[in-house]
Amino acid sequence: MAGDAAVIETNGHEPSYLDYKGKHSGILGWLLSTDHKRIGILYLVGILTFFMTGAALGFLMRLELISPGETIVSAQTYNKFFTLHGVIMVFLFIIPGIPAIFGNFFLPILIGAKDVAFPRLNLFSWYLYLTGGILALLSIVMPGGPADTGWTFYIPYSVRTDTNVIFSLFAAFILGFSSILTGLNFVTTVHRLKAPGMGWFKMPLSVWSFYATAWVQVLATPIIGITLLLVGIERVLHVGIFDPALGGDPVLYQHLFWIYSHPAVYIMILPAMGIVSEIIPVFAHRTIFGYKFIAFSSIAIALFGSLVWAHHMFTAGMSDTGQFIFSLLTMLVAIPSAIKVFNWIATLYKGSIELATPMLYILAFIFLFSIGGLTGVMSGVLAIDMQVHDTSFIVGHFHYVMFGGTGFAFFAALHYWMPKMFGRMYNRKFAKVAFWFIFTGFNFLYFPMLVMGWLGMPRRYYDYLPQFHPYHLISTIGSWIVITGLILMFYNLFKSLKSGPVVTEKNIWGGETLEWQIDTPPTHENFSEIPVITERPYMYKDNELTLKKEETV
Amino acid sequence: MSTNLQAHTENHVHRDDIGARLGMWLFLFTELILFGGMFIVYSVYRFTHQQEFHLAAQELNTIIGTFNTIILLTSSLTMAASIVAIQRSKRSLSIFFQMLTILLALFFMVNKYFEWTAKFHHGIYPGSETLLNENAGQILFFGLYYVMTGLHALHVIVGIIMIAVMMRFTSRGIVKHDNYVKLENTGLYWHLVDIIWIFLFPLFYLIT
Repeated sequence: MAGDAAVIETNGHEPSYLDYKGKHSGILGWLLSTDHKRIGILYLVGILTFFMTGAALGFLMRLELISPGETIVSAQTYNKFFTLHGVIMVFLFIIPGIPAIFGNFFLPILIGAKDVAFPRLNLFSWYLYLTGGILALLSIVMPGGPADTGWTFYIPYSVRTDTNVIFSLFAAFILGFSSILTGLNFVTTVHRLKAPGMGWFKMPLSVWSFYATAWVQVLATPIIGITLLLVGIERVLHVGIFDPALGGDPVLYQHLFWIYSHPAVYIMILPAMGIVSEIIPVFAHRTIFGYKFIAFSSIAIALFGSLVWAHHMFTAGMSDTGQFIFSLLTMLVAIPSAIKVFNWIATLYKGSIELATPMLYILAFIFLFSIGGLTGVMSGVLAIDMQVHDTSFIVGHFHYVMFGGTGFAFFAALHYWMPKMFGRMYNRKFAKVAFWFIFTGFNFLYFPMLVMGWLGMPRRYYDYLPQFHPYHLISTIGSWIVITGLILMFYNLFKSLKSGPVVTEKNIWGGETLEWQIDTPPTHENFSEIPVITERPYMYKDNELTLKKEETV
Repeated sequence: MSTNLQAHTENHVHRDDIGARLGMWLFLFTELILFGGMFIVYSVYRFTHQQEFHLAAQELNTIIGTFNTIILLTSSLTMAASIVAIQRSKRSLSIFFQMLTILLALFFMVNKYFEWTAKFHHGIYPGSETLLNENAGQILFFGLYYVMTGLHALHVIVGIIMIAVMMRFTSRGIVKHDNYVKLENTGLYWHLVDIIWIFLFPLFYLIT
């Protein structure tokens, strides 16, 4: 993209956003900063903390399942573990993850703006996030202990149990509010602050993804807000809206819950797809194939994804017509998702692929996401769903999409953008070693779940029949490999912040989007002068020319 | 592109009226969907318990309901008038209309208070013995009645606070004839509160 390089270079002496001195200094300079980059870092700190907590809980759950019977924790504690693991990973890591960190940091830069549309609102939503997170953690230490309902809070159990469901409910409610405000901010930012010359089809593809995600956040989250609020009211005041003992309908709760929580899955995966579309052209040194198809498929996923919620409830009681329609719509979502995968593959074709760490994570994303996506289509088939519903097949499918998909894209983004964010480079060899640990361990961890789920292993049980032992054993060993990989990865990244080689080069990877034309790390104002955009992103002209020549020869 | 340029140049003083309005409309969407969830619950139970809803609605006082509807509609008018006044640089007139809006809103809340406490005296409140002896439809109707009008009342209170802040802004000259987007957005919010009530009123009071 042709930003005016000459103008930007005069900016070289300005301090970076990390050294920038505003109204406040020290820690307050961060906690009260409305700079989108600093807020992005605040989110990074918060989200990584919660991710590690969630991962530790997952590790303990796997340890419990290493052999049949009670191994390290009781059934009740195990219930609390999987609830906390779910609540933390879903509401505190994977929903905010990519948009709140990388969206905040890079969305304004990618469209050539100095900040988001509402900077103060942006800071406010971080505080909401923090409040929600603290509430979720408070439920652990309060008498009664954390909720044991699973992250879905299904009624009537969530009204009857004595554990601290209220805390988790309010945590999710407040986090939803934070998510809405971020979405609202991004939609307005994309509409109002695109640099001159940047039409909709000159936006980088991650911006399209963030934009589609933001709309889902704005339109779907209020439903979960009101639903969780109603469960809270139900617990305290016994109004009877969902409680079957008072005439309410628990299946209605399930509908309302999934009206949000299914689109939420797309809040999780869409930004990840944006990251993939961003990174692939850079390391294949090729123009993205089918720009418009990728852009519109984001919107299509957001649309279709909002109409498939009841496929979580095929066994809960529904009319045949309803089941048929929801099953059909579910399979339709596979189309825009597959369009993206085909276009990514087509971009790789004849590219000069450079297997840097971000690219490794992205290639792993395509592989794992395909397994996750196809098992998803399987689960969408009515007859199969009757068999695999509430089994660890679903757990495996979900983790292939969410961890193998979004998680890996998140790690890719970390390795791709962290040198830009902090001006330090990590050890590249070390990063690759960590990747292979995570990738190998991942498949050991989750593939056995698909198999034993198919054979009938129910999910959310702390005990199992002896015939499932080999699968559980392999899965637990896999979790050790993943944890080792994660420790290696974070060690490498954190170490780089302290003692990694300093990067001042603007364009580390040879990217052609705007963030690679500004200083590393960026200055407080991002651009000394707002760039004028004249070309589409990801042109890679030199490369494309040689390719054309080769073809004619 | 000219609008984009404008947004950028004004970014330095953090002012983009169109952006602010867009943000407010998005927020109003979320509010509509929040109540939309409740309306879905209402329509499902109305469908499954038609007779009981019909009977339960007779317990509500249609006269107070009508009165409150008129009060809220009038308050929307005064809110709009305060915006027109500030556009024409009539600051004190605008403050007067804002104050009138707050008074009407308080009036609405007082009525609501009497309505609710009267119900409490009859033993009709969530979890009460009288109500628990009734059939499921009655419990659901009053459960929804308290939750939905309660949530609406909460929005009225937030609205009152927002308008009070706007009154201060207007008197200090922060909201003025060429910079009134804050007041306008408050007005939008207030109209939303009004619209929600327009739907609540027939659904609870007029279905007898």
